[in-house]
Amino acid sequence: MMRIDCPHCGPRAQSEFGYERTLDSIVTLDMPADEAMARLYARANPRGLDDELWRHGLGCRQWIVLRRHRVTHEIVGVAAFDPAILS
Amino acid sequence: MTRYSALALLRAGLTGQRHWPRAWRDPSPRPNYEVIVIGGGGHGLATAYYLAKVHGIRNVAVLERGWIGGGNTGRNTTIVRSNYRLPALHNLFDFALGLWEGMSDELNYNVMFSPRGALFLGHSDADMTALAQRGDALRCDGIDAELMTANQLRELVPLLDMSPAARFPIHGGLMQPRGGTARHDAVAWGYARAADRLGVDIIQNCEVTGFTVAGGRVTGVETTRGAIGAGRVGICVAGNSGPVAALAGIRLPIEAQTLQAFVTEPVKPMIDTVIMSQSLHCYISQSDKGGIVLGGDPDQFPSYAQRGLPPRIAQAAAEAIALVPALSRLRMVRCWAGTTDMSFDGSPIISALPVDGLYLNGGWCYGGFKATPGSGYTYAHLLATGAAHPLAAPFALDRFATGATIDETGVGFMPQFH
Ligand SMILES: Cc1cc2nc3c(=O)[nH]c(=O)nc-3n(C[C@H](O)[C@H](O)[C@H](O)COP(=O)(O)OP(=O)(O)OC[C@H]3O[C@@H](n4cnc5c(N)ncnc54)[C@H](O)[C@@H]3O)c2cc1C
Ligand SMILES: [Zn+2]
Repeated sequence: MMRIDCPHCGPRAQSEFGYERTLDSIVTLDMPADEAMARLYARANPRGLDDELWRHGLGCRQWIVLRRHRVTHEIVGVAAFDPAILS
Repeated sequence: MTRYSALALLRAGLTGQRHWPRAWRDPSPRPNYEVIVIGGGGHGLATAYYLAKVHGIRNVAVLERGWIGGGNTGRNTTIVRSNYRLPALHNLFDFALGLWEGMSDELNYNVMFSPRGALFLGHSDADMTALAQRGDALRCDGIDAELMTANQLRELVPLLDMSPAARFPIHGGLMQPRGGTARHDAVAWGYARAADRLGVDIIQNCEVTGFTVAGGRVTGVETTRGAIGAGRVGICVAGNSGPVAALAGIRLPIEAQTLQAFVTEPVKPMIDTVIMSQSLHCYISQSDKGGIVLGGDPDQFPSYAQRGLPPRIAQAAAEAIALVPALSRLRMVRCWAGTTDMSFDGSPIISALPVDGLYLNGGWCYGGFKATPGSGYTYAHLLATGAAHPLAAPFALDRFATGATIDETGVGFMPQFH
């Protein structure tokens, strides 16, 4: 199991968090249809590092961004979610 | 190669069962094949078998990076059924179920298919309504589905906790009598042996590390055992679909996630059907060896680790014990995990890819074992003819762009929730 260091709450058990989706899958309102489709349905799905959106559902309820290795589960970076990504 | 039979077994007994020939050859890769199938799981081996058997294409290799059946084929809870609600799904899975029924004879290999009945439990009025709808949808297409009352279940599975105070009260269920379980390893071995007999090369310890492409068309693969040319290449690698497609520069609507399974110490027969609760996502069956096989929720985040979260062990045990309290007396002896190819509508992808001559069979999530023969049959059709088999046509990759997704649970592009 992973321990996730929430930028708002500090280190907590992974069971408090839920994975949402990869960071590169966010679709903005004005995005062209082709790009929106690619973001919704095409994933790198690497055997390695990727950036992921998680939600601290049983804590501060904020979205956070994890850079996480998908074989070792090592978390190499945690950041608060920047709402600027949505615009 | 010896044909397996009671007589052959008797005869081999005279020499202490010590002189059985190997069940399939161990060939070195040839420089060229008409078709290469990547991935020696049940699906890949079945594909090769039907290419040779149905389409007469025998110049075929199956390339497996480890040993055949060492992926999800050898890790799953072996539940076989076809009772999906959506027609595209139940028609494909029921075609597979028909092939399961004759598989041991067809392959001359005992896959121990045991149609002991697959039962969905309903825990509320809402569950029962959903099960009744599902049953109706199935019967409309001629697939067996029987809605059962609580009293009928009490007789069928006496160990279920049917008391009103039960943690998950049981209101009734939906039964598919033709459903059941099979011996997972035997499915890989049976298809391997039968395909080998038809001339297919099964090449283990051979990982595909790249594709060779000329003029937009695939011409072969790079492997840890050298480059091999091919007319057509079929990817069939389950949890590794993303990384293998990426070798051709393709991104898929698939995410790799972990699913665990659990087994208890073996005991005398106590549960003779497959019990599933879709509300809890808990499934219980007893193996022929006597162990109680349990499955539960996936870990719900991307991972290739092939090991799961400890909280899922407690959850699976708690749910199974709540349904069948007698299980509390058993020791869990093993748990393991596989990497599933979670697609973005929960349904498989059997499709041509944007590179000519390159095809994909993947995205089976955690439900592909039951499809093994049907998946192989329809994928062989696609690889042999270039056109989709009618049962597989709805499962093309372009359905995500056109909006024709096949989403049984209705949760959209969040693969962790399918
Ligand atoms: C715990 C668990 C329980 C499950 N329970 C059920 C169930 O009860 N019922 C059901 O219907 N389904 C179930 N499933 C799903 C089912 O196991 C899979 O959908 C199915 O086995 C996939 O079949 P396959 O042959 O494609 O996969 P696999 O057996 O995984 O075969 C893929 C093969 O490809 C090989 N490979 C990968 N990359 C490469 C490469 N680059 N080069 C060469 N070879 C490569 C792998 O080594 C592997 O052997 C379960 C899965 C899991 C993990
Ligand atoms: Zn927090």
